Amino acid sequence: MNNVVSQNIIRFVLLILLQSIVLNAINFLGYINPYIYVLFIILFPIKNNRLLFIFLSFLLGLTIDLFIDSGGIHAAACVTIAYIRPVVLKFVFGMVYEHQTIKFSATEFGQRLTYFSVLIFVHHLILFSLEIFNSSKIILIFKKSLFSSIFTIILCLLITILFSRKKR
Amino acid sequence: MQQILNFLIRHKTFLVFLLLLSLSLFLTIQSHSYQKSKFINSANIITGGVYGITNNISVYIDLKSENEILLEENTRLKSVLYNTNQENLTDLYRHATDANQRYKITPAKVIKNSYSSTNNYLLINKGQRDSIAQDFGVISSKGIIGIIDNTSNKYARIMSVLNTNIRVNAKLKKTDHFGSLRWNTESPEFVQLIDIPIQAPVKIGDTIVTGGRSTIFPKNIPIGKVDSFKIDDTENSYEVNIKLFNDMTNIGHVYVIKNLDANEISTLNNLDE
Repeated sequence: MNNVVSQNIIRFVLLILLQSIVLNAINFLGYINPYIYVLFIILFPIKNNRLLFIFLSFLLGLTIDLFIDSGGIHAAACVTIAYIRPVVLKFVFGMVYEHQTIKFSATEFGQRLTYFSVLIFVHHLILFSLEIFNSSKIILIFKKSLFSSIFTIILCLLITILFSRKKR
Repeated sequence: MQQILNFLIRHKTFLVFLLLLSLSLFLTIQSHSYQKSKFINSANIITGGVYGITNNISVYIDLKSENEILLEENTRLKSVLYNTNQENLTDLYRHATDANQRYKITPAKVIKNSYSSTNNYLLINKGQRDSIAQDFGVISSKGIIGIIDNTSNKYARIMSVLNTNIRVNAKLKKTDHFGSLRWNTESPEFVQLIDIPIQAPVKIGDTIVTGGRSTIFPKNIPIGKVDSFKIDDTENSYEVNIKLFNDMTNIGHVYVIKNLDANEISTLNNLDE
């Protein structure tokens, strides 16, 4: 149990530092930035206290907001995906989720890809809608969220593959 | 009562979610309005400290180009200095050390820069203890950067010209037709000048400078040059697209300008109302 807690604390701090120092300075093609820190929410243990989980996600988003001066947009996006995560898990993993026995490193690649993509795209859509906050620029919102999502999904998958322990 | 409590307990996750979501939306909306974003900003010890440390490391990469920029500015200032008459020179020195000077300039280093979102902010390593406060102007050797909007003890946050909330008074250099500077979020190289009266002789390539009508910036600080212009929807003013002199994606050293008469001018203006 302690192992899981400390692992998540370290992941929380590392992802925030990585995001704010390295990744926010990428600006690929002028506006595409990956938001890797959602990996914390994606990989949070399934068996959890939902209240604590939602609160932690809020804290994560708020810290990122502090770093990049964006008001509360990251916090809003994080809270939302933390809230809808069980629904997405049920939709993607079906029966396995009902029994609460998922190990992300042991899931099929296709399932993992769908799970990551849904959460990351929802997160980015909320993020950019709130950031731009202008219905006349809806094309720009979709464009930004699509391209940034693709970037984030690829990086997230790479990171999970790199850092997964092969115990099978 | 029992039923209300039961309801609350049953839906506690949803209620917490709603509470946190509305809190973050509140913070977001606050950050969209100028001078209200007090709570969440990067001018605090933790984030400022982290950016300060990383900047200490990354600053070595830019040393060469920074030096070139400083050298360029030095050359320009020297040429101004040596091309003035000797009698005026003493005058110039006297002005610089005048007890009645109007502006106080503080150098600062940018430790965090952003230009890809819709509301961009920069962070500098000078704060309240260097007597920097809200509404001071910030310029670089090439032109304007932004306005200080939040300070902590050691750090200050600048609202960049690349921010949808910014309003700067600006004018044509050759005439005194003035307008208001905005940003339409499309490119970090261009800003827009609106409300220039149609009588103004705008030409492509004209220089745009600050107007000096507000207490934030002195007069005639360069901003950029006219890239294109068109008549706006009301048909009695121009909308001018300006290419900035500054490369906003690469900013190292900046100067913070304090208008020593700002208090006096604003009290006078308030008397009027």
